[in-house]
Amino acid sequence: MALALVETENIGKEFSSVRVLHGITVEVRTGEILGIIGENGAGKSTLIKILSGIYTPSEGRIRVDGQEVAIRSPEDAKRLGIRLIPQEFNLVADLNVYENVFLGNELRTRGGFLFKKEMIRRTVEVLSSLKVQVDPLARIDSLNVAQKQMVEIAKALAFDARLLIMDEPTTVLTRREIDLLFERMRALKARGVTLIYISHKLREVREICDRVMVLRDGAFICLEEASALPIDEMARRMVGRELSQVFPAKRNGPGEVALQVEGLTVPGVVEDVSFELRRGEILGFAGLGGSGRTEVAETILGVRHMSHGRIRVDGKPVQIHGPPDAVKAGIGYLSEDRQGAGILTQLELVKNISLVSLGKYLRGLIDRRRERAAAESYVARFSIRAPAVDTRLEFLSGGNQQKVSLAKSIDSDPRILIVDEPTRGIDVSAKRDIYRFVHELADRGISCIFISSELEEVIGMCSRVLVMRAGRLVGQLEGEHITEEEIMFLATGVKGEA
Amino acid sequence: MAIAIPSSGRALLGRLRTQALAPLLALLALAVISALISPYFLQVQNLLNILRQVSYAGIIALGMTFVIIGGGIDLSVGSMMALVGAMAIGVLNAAGGDRGGGPGAIALAAAAAVLFGLVLGSANGIAITKGGIAPFIVTLGTMAIFRSLTLWYRDAGEARSTSELYGGLGMSTALGIPTPVWVWLVLAVLLNVLLNNTRYGRHVCAVGSNEKVAQYAAIRIDRVRFVTYAIVGLMVGVSAVLLSARLNSISSTNFGVNLELDAIAAVIIGGTPMTGGRGSIWGTVMGAIILGIINNMLNMAQVSPYLQGTVKGLVIIAAVFIQRKL
Repeated sequence: MALALVETENIGKEFSSVRVLHGITVEVRTGEILGIIGENGAGKSTLIKILSGIYTPSEGRIRVDGQEVAIRSPEDAKRLGIRLIPQEFNLVADLNVYENVFLGNELRTRGGFLFKKEMIRRTVEVLSSLKVQVDPLARIDSLNVAQKQMVEIAKALAFDARLLIMDEPTTVLTRREIDLLFERMRALKARGVTLIYISHKLREVREICDRVMVLRDGAFICLEEASALPIDEMARRMVGRELSQVFPAKRNGPGEVALQVEGLTVPGVVEDVSFELRRGEILGFAGLGGSGRTEVAETILGVRHMSHGRIRVDGKPVQIHGPPDAVKAGIGYLSEDRQGAGILTQLELVKNISLVSLGKYLRGLIDRRRERAAAESYVARFSIRAPAVDTRLEFLSGGNQQKVSLAKSIDSDPRILIVDEPTRGIDVSAKRDIYRFVHELADRGISCIFISSELEEVIGMCSRVLVMRAGRLVGQLEGEHITEEEIMFLATGVKGEA
Repeated sequence: MAIAIPSSGRALLGRLRTQALAPLLALLALAVISALISPYFLQVQNLLNILRQVSYAGIIALGMTFVIIGGGIDLSVGSMMALVGAMAIGVLNAAGGDRGGGPGAIALAAAAAVLFGLVLGSANGIAITKGGIAPFIVTLGTMAIFRSLTLWYRDAGEARSTSELYGGLGMSTALGIPTPVWVWLVLAVLLNVLLNNTRYGRHVCAVGSNEKVAQYAAIRIDRVRFVTYAIVGLMVGVSAVLLSARLNSISSTNFGVNLELDAIAAVIIGGTPMTGGRGSIWGTVMGAIILGIINNMLNMAQVSPYLQGTVKGLVIIAAVFIQRKL
């Protein structure tokens, strides 16, 4: 029986008399990796925000090393050795690595000046203990996502974190980066650091965690050894009912060529990419992060400019100088970067849905009634949970925001739809909804390009998959040849474990 | 997934609440205080005076609302007003000849001024969108340029209209309400429709809210932003005609000085955030009136005119502070 590092007893939380967390009792054992899973709104974030001092609980007790403690602020949590690594990193882009590691805790010399040498030395020390090769003097905005994450972890370790809480750390990482992260997590565990790991990716939870806790609607459901909880069982307990087939049946017999891309080249990013997309087809685009998939989509959309290449829609050549030309040619795009390039969180749901398609609702002025009616029909059809169509999107959960983003992308009635990481960071049932909508669109004769880093969904959704590596198309897989092993072989160029 | 469908009345109330309720309440509170301080405040003549005084900056603030919602700023409007006004009087005097300008000359001068304002605003817009230079920098530059050109054109003196009719236009009223107030309100109605009920207005909000999202949504962001500066230039043209007519002359050193601050203050007090993305024309109208009432109140309470700027500054800061708390 391992010792408990942190114990909670009947922890609950209310926001203006709405209970979001009901009496959670759990012990986090020293040196374990504890997974917490649940749908959006299940209470995972609330629980970890309580542990890390961002929220104070409405009731219940917390013990650290058997001593009852009050965690009223992130500083309290830090003093106890509890550190949260949030999904959206807390790094200052204009500062360099060591300045971020010591941000708010700068070391000073006796004269009161910054003790840069010592801070740099300790940053190097922590980074090398993590086996990360990052220049402590590099500016944060010159780092890639995986490196930034390591800086976040270094920031925690530099101050002797004992419990590291990681919220969705792998959403933006490639498979190779995930493997590295897991390796480092295991090393931390061996050093006696305790980790809480929150993720929607059940396969990874099963892979890395010792025990898994399931939450649903703010309540504790179960806590089991990860090895005793198969993935479909995790999903069942999260949702609370039997999950039917996650992916709809594959479709076949697509029609004539809808989109033809020939020799598409964007210097340094995309190299000589040619492919055809057929009517009603769902064509997968797989590859590692940075392999050029998003860049191909952005070039077709006209956000990037090609130096060479031709694009034909329905056999007719089209000149695309910018997104307006692409929309005119019947191309829709769902961006991988939901908040950065997809939706306007400050604006109301209804205005987001008509963002691209506003022309449809014009009768001289905007016909607000028709615009609302259209938004309401999407809310019903996509089961979007929102208090009203004029709710601002910042008040919606990620899954619901994503559905609005998809509604926006198809309201302009595209004949070709490019979806880029359509299920990133959303829960299981929202994912299933999105899969179903994409299939319905294909059934209606809309051709889809399905870009995803989650191999499972590429395999489940597509009857043909193109794989990219370093800006080039390196292979095409069809039918039963679409397997994780084949895709990873093409994506990395290395045969081996997927 | 159930959604409430508010009746249009509730929708209107809701929109008012989010956009213009706070400035409206502030306006009413100020009016009550002013009425208590001086019984003279509520006299029709005083109220009309306040409206007339704020209408000139108020007209420019309407255009500034678009610029700020679109994520920009225009510091050049005060200097632009001087340059446009001086040129309007130049055209008027040239067209009027020795006998002073008649209605034809005035119409010509007014049209030239509005067009000139549009051109100067467009110049800002082109430098900002085509040149890719920050709006603050471009308009800081043109603020200096427009003022200096005015000084050079009038040799640091004033431009005085020789037309006897022109001053009359400035003092004119219709149905008892001063002409500039009418012009202001009509423009507010039009621009309110432009902001809330047209594709262009929606696009301004989208561009100000997140430029990249707007670009991916097939919105021509440069064109949208360019037009906001053209609109404010147009408003400067209109305002320059009305105010130069009122004064019958333009001082190249004083005319329009600090006007940009009044216009920006009206927009901010009216609830449009400096970060853009949303805003309200009626909020701006109320913001301008609030500034006018404060000046009026301080005059009636015989507060030193030198202290009026202090009060104005405090009100701007307080307005933003309160809006953050709401």
